[in-house]
Amino acid sequence: MIQSIDYAAIAPPLILALVAGLVLLLDAFLPRTPRTRSLLGLVTLAGVLAALAAVVAQAVRGTALRTFCVPADLGGVGRASCSFVVDDLTLVFGGVVLAAAIVVVLLSWAQLAEGGIPTGEWYFLLLCTLTGAVTLPASRDLIMLVVALELVSLPVFALTALKRYDARASEAAIKLFLVSVISTAVMLFGVSLLYGLTGSVYLDRIAARLGGTPPVADVLAQTLAGGPAGVPSGVLTVAIVLVLAGFAFKVAAVPFHFWAGDVYQGAPVPVAALLSVISKAAGFAGLIVVLTIALAGQARLWAPIVAVLAALTMTVGNLLALRQRHAVRLLAWSSVAQSGYILAPLGVAGKSAAAASIAYLAIYAAMNVGAFAVVMLVSRTKARNELDDYRGLAFHNPAAALALAFFLICLAGLPPGLAGLFAKIVVFREIVQGGGAWLAVVMAVNTVIALYYYIAWTARLFAPVPAAGPSAARTPSRPVAIAVAVALVVSVAFSIAPQLVLSAAG
Amino acid sequence: MVIGLLAVPLAGAAILIPFRRPSSRQGQFLQWYGPVVSGLTLVLALVLAVLFDYGHAARTQLEVDRAWVPGLDLRFHLGVDGISLPLVVLTALLTFLCFLYLVRHKPEGGRFRALVFTLLVLEVGMIGTFLALDLLLFFVFFEIVLIPMYFVIAVWGGGERRAAAVKFILYTLLGSAVLLLGLLLIWAHTGTLDMVRLAHAHGAGMPRAVQIVAFLAVGLGLAVKAPMWPLHTWLPAAHTEAPTVGSVLLAGVLLKMGTYGFARIAVPVLPEGAAALAPWLGAFAVVGIMYGSLACLAQRDLKRMIAYSSVGHMGFVLLGLATLTPVGMNAALFGNVAHGLITGLLFFIAGAIKERYGTAEMPRLGGGMLARLPYLGSLLTFACVASLGLPGLAGFWGEMLALLGAFHPAPGLSRPLFLVFMAVGGIGTVLTAAYFLLMLSRVTHGRPEEPAPSLVIPTERDVTPYELAAWTPLIVLTVALGLWPKALLAVTDPAVQAFLGAP
Repeated sequence: MIQSIDYAAIAPPLILALVAGLVLLLDAFLPRTPRTRSLLGLVTLAGVLAALAAVVAQAVRGTALRTFCVPADLGGVGRASCSFVVDDLTLVFGGVVLAAAIVVVLLSWAQLAEGGIPTGEWYFLLLCTLTGAVTLPASRDLIMLVVALELVSLPVFALTALKRYDARASEAAIKLFLVSVISTAVMLFGVSLLYGLTGSVYLDRIAARLGGTPPVADVLAQTLAGGPAGVPSGVLTVAIVLVLAGFAFKVAAVPFHFWAGDVYQGAPVPVAALLSVISKAAGFAGLIVVLTIALAGQARLWAPIVAVLAALTMTVGNLLALRQRHAVRLLAWSSVAQSGYILAPLGVAGKSAAAASIAYLAIYAAMNVGAFAVVMLVSRTKARNELDDYRGLAFHNPAAALALAFFLICLAGLPPGLAGLFAKIVVFREIVQGGGAWLAVVMAVNTVIALYYYIAWTARLFAPVPAAGPSAARTPSRPVAIAVAVALVVSVAFSIAPQLVLSAAG
Repeated sequence: MVIGLLAVPLAGAAILIPFRRPSSRQGQFLQWYGPVVSGLTLVLALVLAVLFDYGHAARTQLEVDRAWVPGLDLRFHLGVDGISLPLVVLTALLTFLCFLYLVRHKPEGGRFRALVFTLLVLEVGMIGTFLALDLLLFFVFFEIVLIPMYFVIAVWGGGERRAAAVKFILYTLLGSAVLLLGLLLIWAHTGTLDMVRLAHAHGAGMPRAVQIVAFLAVGLGLAVKAPMWPLHTWLPAAHTEAPTVGSVLLAGVLLKMGTYGFARIAVPVLPEGAAALAPWLGAFAVVGIMYGSLACLAQRDLKRMIAYSSVGHMGFVLLGLATLTPVGMNAALFGNVAHGLITGLLFFIAGAIKERYGTAEMPRLGGGMLARLPYLGSLLTFACVASLGLPGLAGFWGEMLALLGAFHPAPGLSRPLFLVFMAVGGIGTVLTAAYFLLMLSRVTHGRPEEPAPSLVIPTERDVTPYELAAWTPLIVLTVALGLWPKALLAVTDPAVQAFLGAP
């Protein structure tokens, strides 16, 4: 049998993969000069923009595209099952990932200009990660999911370690590697259980085999009786827990969050931004795809677990962030806490839970990547990058200070950072409607805890400078400035018209 | 029209952003920039008051209703009725007077441009809160004031400003988060965020248990802002440390946002929840009255004392609300406006005293202000007498009507309980008189001690023209409302009757 391939559907990842190869070739054949570095950066940026254009084109066409399909008569459920589907979810995630990627590429440009990091390899690895991140939300079978997730993770280890002879970076890379490999192993075990239970790797077929939600009494009875003809729910629960645990590592949910602080701090800032936005978006994409497509009927089993996970994640993340004095570490723990908010709607498993999560994720991506961009800007003059280094930023770089203040207040979810406020309202509304009152209260308390460290940082920006320290006069990097501007424009747009993202996610 | 009320200060603030360090010429310009922008807003507010059709004060007028975020059901829905109109005008007036005062009396901490910017944003949030007719829009405006107020306290405040500012913002944000949950609960059960429709529905569609939970959540959120005892602890610190204009706006407007929310959302939208929890609200209110009065007796700092007196006065407002009668509600709304005028004036005067003496601690002020600074001393006396509720001045009617409301609480509420509340409230008025008179006897009377306590300003300047300009409207309105309370009550009463479902 010959499978036909819809190239229009796979255009975004295909473009990224081809550009990745091109970058590697160019790097091998061109002389190592600063001009080559810029050229490679430009090529990468062009590739990302082209992929983004492909996503936009798909969105404009408006029809769901599917490819790599298996016909229904091959053990199907009445219709062909496809491995690669381009629908609204895919497009939103693709758009978010690629838009964030623009900022990350711009940050990389500045990072690479400092030298010490091989340029071609860096862009190649970055593009590989992006290929994975764009493929993941389109994946509709378990194998594709795992492969795409690995494609996201593996290059990041190398990216983290590319800053050679840096002990912190090496430590971060090893830590990330170990955690990631373990989580993959755990998830593979869960995936194989799911496959064993249902005899299919396609998500829609798994959902059909598992059927609807068994009433609780039946679950108990089945468990006691060893399960009737259907699926043994004990094994199913184990499979769900294992798969959840695997994804929980990726999105740095508690109790699998330990790596976040050290890795974010040790890695170059662009990689930290990548981890906190793109890699996290990919993790959530996988989680949402598995939970809402394959396991949609089993919400009763996974929703409580996710709810507890969400509550723990936001609380622990915020409490850890309270004590941080290092800017990137603070952002690391705060992004753990934000993961909790993104998970929360899934914990009540309402009708539009996935939409609420995605909306929050999209807005979070814009504001968090913006915060990282400003941190990158400051880290070029203040290598220590502690919170105290931001004191008085409003006086010698008012634009950067205002931008960072806006991002932080957005993250805290207060006006004038309306984007963050609306994101929180979407999540709150979903939880309240789904009847998760306790989760809503936990989240409300967490919002207050989070405000403390965001506002403390923001207040530092406007505090008078203790002594006019001799700031190393470095020319402000234009790519970083553009990156900040891009993130700022998007965040402000989300603040004024959150409808942009809400309608896309809904 | 109503959009203009928000657009003018917002545009005024936006224009300030591109300016860098002001040169001296720009400094001159800045000085008058604030009064001009806020004056324009005040003119708009007054035009609004003129255009308002007083024959139909219960109806929402001059409405603007646009879809903003369909995904959230959020509509940009503004309008005024008899309840919001007085508060809108009060806000515009107080902000304008603050700017006028700032022309010559800048707080320490410099950065005047940033202060003007912050206050203008603050004004947007305050006016917006009173205009909003959409639950989420109300919440958004309610939140907008937090960040500017935080910076007003944290940048231009006194010695302990950082801690006070953090306490203020964390406390109120916790309140807002709970408030948001309550609002969303209402939304989840009724499917609409439109306050007008919700108020007309009188809680239809929400079971009693839901109403009680929602009232609890919304009430807690608003009670932090009001503030109701025992959630008031942020208030004394914030008021004491804030610069004069910050204290004036905090006491004059921000506290009203809490009680306004009760009158606008909690009571009309959730009548059964209100009926179930009104005794508790009343109990906390009278505890607040007593607590505020007793705490005042023990204060040494003038600003702190006024802050605690606010707790007591807002107790009367909350007691009026808790009766769930038209009389009580009117009392609450009247008390709101009166407290805004009188306490605004008190904080202005306290700020002026602090500026001259370098301290607001009563023992260090010594006595004899009437001899030393006769005009300032007599104005302080006037403000205190107004605040303690002397008949003929604005403060009297709010307290009086609240007690009257408690004498005949709404049917369904325990009358004996409310009679007890009334009695305790009555004792509270006596205590209020006691602490204000005690304070006056310590500060204004007596003869100036020698050697004089360190006056910062070497020439003992009495009231300056700018101060007088900022204070006169408040004094005039205090007397006017005291002599002719019907002017205000006629505006609020129809709306109150409609909200309580009276025929």
